[in-house]
Amino acid sequence: MKRRIFFANSVGLMASVVVRPVAALTQSDVLTPLVNAYAAGGGVREGRVKFDIAPLVDNGNSVPVEITVDSPMTQAQHVVGIALFNEKNPQNQVAEFTLSPLAGRARVATRIRLALSQQLVAVAKMNDGSCWTHTVEVLVTIASCIEE
Amino acid sequence: MARALITVPRTAKRGEILEIRALVQHPMETGYRRSSEGDLLPRDLIRRFSCRFVESGKTDDTGVIVIAATLHAAIAANPYLSFNLRAATSGTLAFNWEGDNGFSHREQVALIVT
Repeated sequence: MKRRIFFANSVGLMASVVVRPVAALTQSDVLTPLVNAYAAGGGVREGRVKFDIAPLVDNGNSVPVEITVDSPMTQAQHVVGIALFNEKNPQNQVAEFTLSPLAGRARVATRIRLALSQQLVAVAKMNDGSCWTHTVEVLVTIASCIEE
Repeated sequence: MARALITVPRTAKRGEILEIRALVQHPMETGYRRSSEGDLLPRDLIRRFSCRFVESGKTDDTGVIVIAATLHAAIAANPYLSFNLRAATSGTLAFNWEGDNGFSHREQVALIVT
């Protein structure tokens, strides 16, 4: 019984260790104005958006990313746009997507360039005007822009 | 002429959510890199991408946007995009890429929904 409790506790501890750095991540001062400009007055909140990217990237020239948004994608309730910004590339814009309910799922995946280890933010704009974000920190070992 | 690689299932059941993948051959030159002689390489990017769905029997310009994208220098060479489509009726998917130096590429893929 004691053993069982010990394992249950250790699992809980591990989960909190994994989750905490993500929650504690404060968005860079570079990204916040970009997110607010994209939101254009709509309220910006954290959540509903899931940024899928490797936390440690070997080659910054082509980094797979996937963004999924929690939305039923119906005529009444859908994502109208997704924007992606980076902190330290020469240009902060990565891509802006326009979606329609025809897509069925609020998901986009692409491959991007990362010049340095930096933060990335994904912003999803809903048809009711609200905006949701997810910020991630990515470590890059071989940067983009070095390749000839 | 650019080459494009598009993956769409040929047939689908009504209501099914399909995965679409589209890749086009393009250097996506950022304008920040230098050649071996030290000259700045001119920027050459794909700026716009769109995928429209045209119901069968309708003309091409009546298509509905599934997804459209504005791309910047941070998109890797040979831009790859993956997204979804809810299959409702049979029709055609029209892909369009546009970029610097008059770059334009179009592709069409037929989809049969049963």
